[in-house]
Amino acid sequence: MQQSNVYIVTFSVILTVVLGLLLSGTSQVLGPIQKKAVELDTKKQILGAVLEASELSKMSGEEVFAYYDKRISSKVVNIKGEEVEKDEDGIAIIPENVDIGRNYKRKPEDRLYPVFMFLAENGEDVESFIIPVYGAGLWDAIWGYVALETDLTTIKGVTFAHASETPGLGARITDASVQARFQGKRIFDESGELQSVNMQKGEGRDYSDDAHKVDGLSGATITAVGVNNMLKAYMSHYSAYIQKRRSGESGGMAVLN
Amino acid sequence: MSTETAQVTEVKKPAEALLSKRRKKLLSDPLVDDNPITIQVLGICSALAVTTQLQPTFVMALSVIFVMVFANLTISLLRNTIPSRVRIIVQLAVIASLVTLVNEVLKAFAYDMYKELSVFVGLIITNCIVMGRLEAYALGNKPYDSVLDGFGSALGYAWIILAVAFFRELWGSGSVFGVPVFDQISGLFGDDFSLATNGLMVSPVGAFIILGLIIWVQRTKTGYVEH
Repeated sequence: MQQSNVYIVTFSVILTVVLGLLLSGTSQVLGPIQKKAVELDTKKQILGAVLEASELSKMSGEEVFAYYDKRISSKVVNIKGEEVEKDEDGIAIIPENVDIGRNYKRKPEDRLYPVFMFLAENGEDVESFIIPVYGAGLWDAIWGYVALETDLTTIKGVTFAHASETPGLGARITDASVQARFQGKRIFDESGELQSVNMQKGEGRDYSDDAHKVDGLSGATITAVGVNNMLKAYMSHYSAYIQKRRSGESGGMAVLN
Repeated sequence: MSTETAQVTEVKKPAEALLSKRRKKLLSDPLVDDNPITIQVLGICSALAVTTQLQPTFVMALSVIFVMVFANLTISLLRNTIPSRVRIIVQLAVIASLVTLVNEVLKAFAYDMYKELSVFVGLIITNCIVMGRLEAYALGNKPYDSVLDGFGSALGYAWIILAVAFFRELWGSGSVFGVPVFDQISGLFGDDFSLATNGLMVSPVGAFIILGLIIWVQRTKTGYVEH
């Protein structure tokens, strides 16, 4: 028996409404939990630049939030290093909610640049500055956070992530052992020029005497170059802020802390 | 009212056992003799894509089991009301809704897994096994049988992708469920000893090779030949 057109249309409408309600109901219920999961993920990544991965994985979600609230203070600056508090519509900007990937699509001058300050136990002195970076790997986006010591040039730690680098090759940028290679390297040279830190071609050489070079990734040179470009670009975008912050301190403006 | 894929309605028997011989076959057939991946060669795409590591594969397997069981159940419950001219769209709508549900739940409760699997969960919609079972079975059979059929087929899919993932993770990354087995084994033999991992295994090519070997072994044992 062929069903009538009316039957088919009615059936389709009812099905659509039922499934639509089911899905929108689910997203209503799960929405807040998802938002929290995304927030936790961002905060974990930020903390990952200063904490050991093993230490971080031991913390429960609640502990991460509490630790973050206590130890991280954040703000947003623009390319000139000036603090930005409100967006074009006058709505207050929350640094954690600034989407680095979306900002990456704008011109560097128009982007928002969040800075996360890792505070000492007392909750006042800044121990390190955490700066988000974003760029292109071989296949897709790569991003991460770079933690700088208070001299704003020595790298305290980095954490990298990627969308779809080759597992076992480019994807190794997420390995703790690869990220550890960046520790103690310097962004600026003695004269204050931006040198950034560059992964070299090939792997297995010792670059401990060169403050601007790190051992490369064998078989993943393009990803390594992507990391280099990403670091260099973002360090130059943040250099105005870094200079400002530095001159402020040498000028005896301890208030900045 | 019947559908285009008309099935002979079974003669009413007085209460068939919950797991009668016929029903057990529904469950066990897709595991080996009529395996969706190795015999029907369906769902290869996801079998290649997600199987580099065991953990995401495991989540993927669970998701497919959930989607198949509930899609089969829903379609079977609605089988007498679904207009045959739009049945494919109806099946798709049901599958898509279930997959979206899985995706949302993963995003809320297992965000790391959600990030890792991302598009592949969405691609369950296009997994031919799911729609194949709806079209071939659920549209013409009772709900309970359809659930068993869906569960069986999903298990058949699950164990194959888990087997592929086991070998790919072991040989490609030297670990099992994230535990660095190779490192521990080489640790037993001193510092100079190390087991090399094979980069081929982490690329889709590795999955093809493993899958091919599994099919070979299976067909040698069962004597199955394609006609």
